[in-house]
Amino acid sequence: MAKTLVNLEKISKSYDGHLVLDELDLTIHENEFVTLLGPSGCGKTTTLRILGGFERPDKGRVVFDGMDITNLPANKRNLNTVFQKYALFPHMSVAENIAFGLKIKNKPKSYIDDKIKYALKLVNLDGYEDRRPNSLSGGQQQRIAIARAIVNEPRLLLLDEPLGALDLKLRQDMQYELIRLKNELGITFIYVTHDQEEALTMSDTIVVMNQGYIQQIGTPESIYNEPENAFVADFIGDSNILGGTMIHDRLVEILGAKFDCVDEGFGENKPVDVVIRPEDVKLVAPGEGLIEGVVSHLIFKGVHYEMEVQAGGFEWLVQSTHMRPVGTKVSIKVEPSNIQIMNKPASEDEEAVHLEV
Amino acid sequence: MKKLYISLIFLFLYAPIFTLIVLSFNASKTRAKWGGFTLKWYFSLFENEAILQALWNTLLLAALSALIATVIGLVACIAMQSMKKKTRALILGIANIPMLNAEIVTGISFMLLFISLGVTFGFGTILLAHITFNIPYVILSIQPRMKQLNTSTYEAALDLGANSLQAFFRIVFPDILPGILSGFLMAFTMSLDDFIITHFTKGPGVDTLSTKIYTEVRKGIKPEMYSLSTLIFAAVFILMLLVNHTPRKKEKS
Amino acid sequence: MRDSRKLLSAPFLFWAALFIIIPLCMVFYYGLTDKTGAFTLDNVLAIASPEHRKAFWEAIKLSVVSTVICLLLAYPLAMILAGMKGNHDSFIILIFILPMWMNFLLRTLAWQTLLEKTGVINSILAVLHLPALKIINTPAAIVLGMVYNFLPFMVLPIYNVLVKIDSNLISAAKDLGANGAQTFLRVTLPLSTAGVISGITMVFVPALTTFVISQLLGGSKILLIGNIIEQEFTQTNNWHLGSGLSIVLMLFIILNMVLSVVTDKDGEVNAL
Repeated sequence: MAKTLVNLEKISKSYDGHLVLDELDLTIHENEFVTLLGPSGCGKTTTLRILGGFERPDKGRVVFDGMDITNLPANKRNLNTVFQKYALFPHMSVAENIAFGLKIKNKPKSYIDDKIKYALKLVNLDGYEDRRPNSLSGGQQQRIAIARAIVNEPRLLLLDEPLGALDLKLRQDMQYELIRLKNELGITFIYVTHDQEEALTMSDTIVVMNQGYIQQIGTPESIYNEPENAFVADFIGDSNILGGTMIHDRLVEILGAKFDCVDEGFGENKPVDVVIRPEDVKLVAPGEGLIEGVVSHLIFKGVHYEMEVQAGGFEWLVQSTHMRPVGTKVSIKVEPSNIQIMNKPASEDEEAVHLEV
Repeated sequence: MKKLYISLIFLFLYAPIFTLIVLSFNASKTRAKWGGFTLKWYFSLFENEAILQALWNTLLLAALSALIATVIGLVACIAMQSMKKKTRALILGIANIPMLNAEIVTGISFMLLFISLGVTFGFGTILLAHITFNIPYVILSIQPRMKQLNTSTYEAALDLGANSLQAFFRIVFPDILPGILSGFLMAFTMSLDDFIITHFTKGPGVDTLSTKIYTEVRKGIKPEMYSLSTLIFAAVFILMLLVNHTPRKKEKS
Repeated sequence: MRDSRKLLSAPFLFWAALFIIIPLCMVFYYGLTDKTGAFTLDNVLAIASPEHRKAFWEAIKLSVVSTVICLLLAYPLAMILAGMKGNHDSFIILIFILPMWMNFLLRTLAWQTLLEKTGVINSILAVLHLPALKIINTPAAIVLGMVYNFLPFMVLPIYNVLVKIDSNLISAAKDLGANGAQTFLRVTLPLSTAGVISGITMVFVPALTTFVISQLLGGSKILLIGNIIEQEFTQTNNWHLGSGLSIVLMLFIILNMVLSVVTDKDGEVNAL
């Protein structure tokens, strides 16, 4: 395992009596691409601002490279931020913007000039030195903001929804660009977004947050395939979340039908939550599956069809390349390994989380 | 530290005002000496016809000039909306002349104009001058709001069958109303507080509070002036407090 | 329909021509002619006469000093006001506009009461066993009167630009390693130049041309160029000379105006 770079220890923060972060613990390793993912108000931006030094936590410690930096002001931290709306200085040229941090550190002019050239090349904007930020497109401003941050050779780059203001196509291009940059520079990225697709595409590690709590930490695959609770399941991708009863190991009852599964250790006759991804719901001829139903909606989505199936009193979301017209009688089948069993939320807090979704 | 600084500046700004308020209760007739507390100047004020006439002139002048300036300014702002950027800049430039120019120059330029036109100096000449220097304050309040205006709402109104007058009064007008009101208020205040331009455009026998005070400076200010000012200030202060304290929606931080 | 809307500018244009442009032309006409109507530069060049030169120089000196003091007082104040949380625009404007409802002449006269030999301030100083201030009827009193009257015109434009600065820019500067002073010098100050220049114009012009403040607080000993022009119009009745001197003043004002127009292209700053 790589070396630990950042440790957030029991960070709490509230605004006007409203708790935004509650005893948050998080460890980030060197050279990792970590994404803080969650709906607005989940505390992800506050976490980033505490890391950047723009907010002080009410409680807890920020440890950076073994040093407690909780009370270190932003300008003394060896990390840089790419701001949501870029925050380029409008009264300076592109080159002056990029040179800002280096001039503050009194670097020699030749060094600064080299760095500007290098950074502009890195973000594919060579020759833009003398342009004004206002004359650039959103995507270009974004690249300059990144260039301005990385010339300072930070150990850690914080990115606050940097692609939020760009249109879809550009956003996808920039995602690849960011991955390339991260690999070329070999620095740690902490990336804040509410866009789950962005998070799945770019991250080594995803931290799913909601209402000031971390819901799950894991690789994109594990977050998607094995969500730990209903919130994560619902927030990441589409899913069918159903109440069920664990009869015993490897057998769960859903909507009165008994499904084979692969989960063990939940006890006997225990109420649980069950997640089934829409692409994992198999529609077969009536009588061949476990629950009978009727197709009630059909939308063409390009790569697949999306259908709603009324079965067992539940509205199933189904994705399939095989089209079935509305009104078709079908039967539902699910592979045991595609059934994800989760404990019911224990506390009222988590229950609230569930309801809000 | 910050609070101390702000307090000192406000002390500086409001010290003369407190002084005047205190003087209005001073029993001694000269402002150099404290002769004990009295309310008599507040009573004699209402028997002093010269002061009351000056007050009436001042208020009438402020109201009329602000009103006319608001109408002219508003109409000019609407016209500017459909103009090219350069023409608009030119018009704004001309409108701003009386605001940026020295008041004394504006004052004498009016004086010279009225002399050459052979107009009798009096209430009318002061009014014309006040309207003129009020217009830029009105335009300055309305124009930025006009610029922010979402033209598609106006077009939507037309699309839904309103004619351009209806669309203006139902859609555009409510949007720029705060600008119009603040422009009017600004113009009213400027007119009320003006001395220099009135000084050059007034005729004999017509006085505003400003010119009356000016002529009294050498003889000594009548204490009734202090009580009148105190009353005006108190009235405005209370009014402003009421306006500022009307509950507003709390803004999200 | 668009063209008919342009016609709405007619009343204003008529008004502006009659009451702004023509009167200014009259000042130039009078200033550049003598009593017989013949062209002359004598009225303008009269600024060089010892008496006028002294008054003009005195006015420049005092107005520059007042403008600088206003700027030094106003900038920190505007920064503090802009840094307050929430939207206080209307409150701040109110605080500065409110004094205007007490007559300008009375407000200025009140300073006499405060500054006099036996005035309020000296009485307080005496109680504290501090030396008395002797500034009434001196240039210092005139400067004080100018600063007092024109300070709001410096604060408001600077406040208006400062509140519009995106707080993320300040965070970005800090993030890139700038300390408080560096952030101020490299980001905040350059971004507020338009407001500063507008403020300087708004204070310098009335200070340079005032005749009331010098009359009320300077005794009758100190004559500024404004006092001379005023006398030419209301006492000596030499309008030609008065206009000629005004032309000199206007050259300064035009210079100032050009400066403020160039730096405030969007006309955003002067939203008083």
